[in-house]
Amino acid sequence: MSGATASGQSGWALARRRFRRHRLAMASAAVLVILAVLSISAPLVAYLLDLDPAAVDLFNRFQGPSPAHPLGTDELGRDVLVRLLYGGRVSLLVGITAALVASVIGTAVGLLAGYYGGRLDALLMRLTDGIIALPLLPLLIVLAAVDLAKIGVPAAIADSESVSLYRIIIIVALAGWTTVARLVRGAALTLRERDFVDAAHGMGAGALRIMGIHILPNLVSPIIVATTLSVGNIILLESVLSFLGLGIQPPIPSWGNMLTNAQELIWSAPALAFYPGILIFVTVIAFNFLGDGLQDALDPKAMER
Amino acid sequence: MSRYLTTRFVQSLLVLAIMSFAIYGLMGLMPGDPIDLMISANPEITSEDAARLRALYGLDRPILERYGNWLQAALTGDFGYSRVHKQPVVDLLLPALGSTARLLGLSLLLSIAIALPVGILAAARPYSRLDYAINLVAFAGISVPVFWLGLLLIMLFSVILGVLPAGGTETPGGGGFWDQLRHLVLPVATLTLASVGGHTRYVRASMAETLRQDYIRTARAKGIGWRRVLWRHALRNALIPVVTILALDFGFLFSGALVTETIFAYPGMGKMIYDAIMGNDFNLALIALMLATLVTLVGNLLADLAYAWLDPRVTYK
Repeated sequence: MSGATASGQSGWALARRRFRRHRLAMASAAVLVILAVLSISAPLVAYLLDLDPAAVDLFNRFQGPSPAHPLGTDELGRDVLVRLLYGGRVSLLVGITAALVASVIGTAVGLLAGYYGGRLDALLMRLTDGIIALPLLPLLIVLAAVDLAKIGVPAAIADSESVSLYRIIIIVALAGWTTVARLVRGAALTLRERDFVDAAHGMGAGALRIMGIHILPNLVSPIIVATTLSVGNIILLESVLSFLGLGIQPPIPSWGNMLTNAQELIWSAPALAFYPGILIFVTVIAFNFLGDGLQDALDPKAMER
Repeated sequence: MSRYLTTRFVQSLLVLAIMSFAIYGLMGLMPGDPIDLMISANPEITSEDAARLRALYGLDRPILERYGNWLQAALTGDFGYSRVHKQPVVDLLLPALGSTARLLGLSLLLSIAIALPVGILAAARPYSRLDYAINLVAFAGISVPVFWLGLLLIMLFSVILGVLPAGGTETPGGGGFWDQLRHLVLPVATLTLASVGGHTRYVRASMAETLRQDYIRTARAKGIGWRRVLWRHALRNALIPVVTILALDFGFLFSGALVTETIFAYPGMGKMIYDAIMGNDFNLALIALMLATLVTLVGNLLADLAYAWLDPRVTYK
């Protein structure tokens, strides 16, 4: 590493330089920023083009691209471009929020397992391994089909339109925390043996204080990497559940549920099957490259990818 | 070894028991219950009838008691009937399990057949252009939504080129072996493409790790050719972790199979579970999910055993 000789530079500055050298990760970051800006400005685009994502126009179904509808219209005559942008809001929101929730759960589990070790470690890691090994998708489908009224969710919430959004975030977060937990546990296990932890012990610090103030800050890099990498997986999970009709419910558009009808329409309107899928693909691969780049930048010892 | 085996076996049984209770409990949380479904099919049923029926089928009992009764029946081999198909669940599941095994087996074989040479090639010349290109394609493989990949393949081969069927297992009326094979091409291709990226990355990582070992340097220093070192000395050790990861990946592969089967109307376990849940066929869904869990657990157990068998350094106490 040539950068290691540069004196007076902080670790973060070094990491930044290493990251900039990772061209794919840089390009991915740019793509994600563009996608995020476009999605956030979906209402603005809709306003400028004078289009409504929910407006059904049965006289103008399956239109090709035109000045009025830049990417044409779908099977109900709704504008595809505006729906893609609104779908992007949902997919990115779900992906990032669920990844953050998953990362909090995973960090807590990993920290406890790595710090305490022994039986607790064995128990938590068996649980993690068990979840990783399970056939997740069928189980998530069951979770997504659970009747909310039967688990005591008030009707006002259970019947609201956005409930599918919260439900999917919780479900995919429950499935997605294992990667973070394993990484954090591994790092915490080695950190625990370091002298500064002994020193903190000697000065009378309790377990919570040592975990929170002395170990956690040293885990920031692996947590960032694992969270970024899991965003991609979580977006994939959300899209497949929505595609199967169990995730985000219409009329809220998501890239996954925009593809639900695509299979029947594939003979007549193949373009409708193409756009949402390519956006999922680009977003997921960008998050994966970004995570890969961050890993190289933040953890130079693990140059092996 | 035998003590370890026993421990792992007991652990797997424990997981299975926990999962069976969890899945049983979740099934009770599905919208509606069997009596609701009867009512919707027959409006003549009064609410008193419904209450009587619930009592008759024991649906008013606490969940632990119902689970106990179910478990007792299941342990004696009585898995109940499917509400939709009006057939014993076992009669439905065994053919579906066979179909899924065929789909998964073929895809796994193909995926490994591609991932092994490609991953080794990438690891043999780290950071070369070839390595870079392989990495790029592998990343694409792990990032593509399986269902969209299936749709794209249908679009290309069934809609545009018109050379392969878009779903099902055979042409109506039966088309013989070749016809059935033609119907397998797209589902197997979808599942293979969906898993080969991840597998290639495992092989590359494991091979690269092995090539950094001292004994490889020693072999090279003794003047043994690069090729021979790669294939004779490194490969065998590099394969050990790959074997375990492949087996642990089984749950993921099964998830992929569910999507693939649903898209291609392939009558396997995944599609059966999905259809059963969507069609409120709770008993079928319950048993199918448990079977899928069981198969996965057995896969994991086998992976552990394979690890010990392949690597003499590993001795389980």
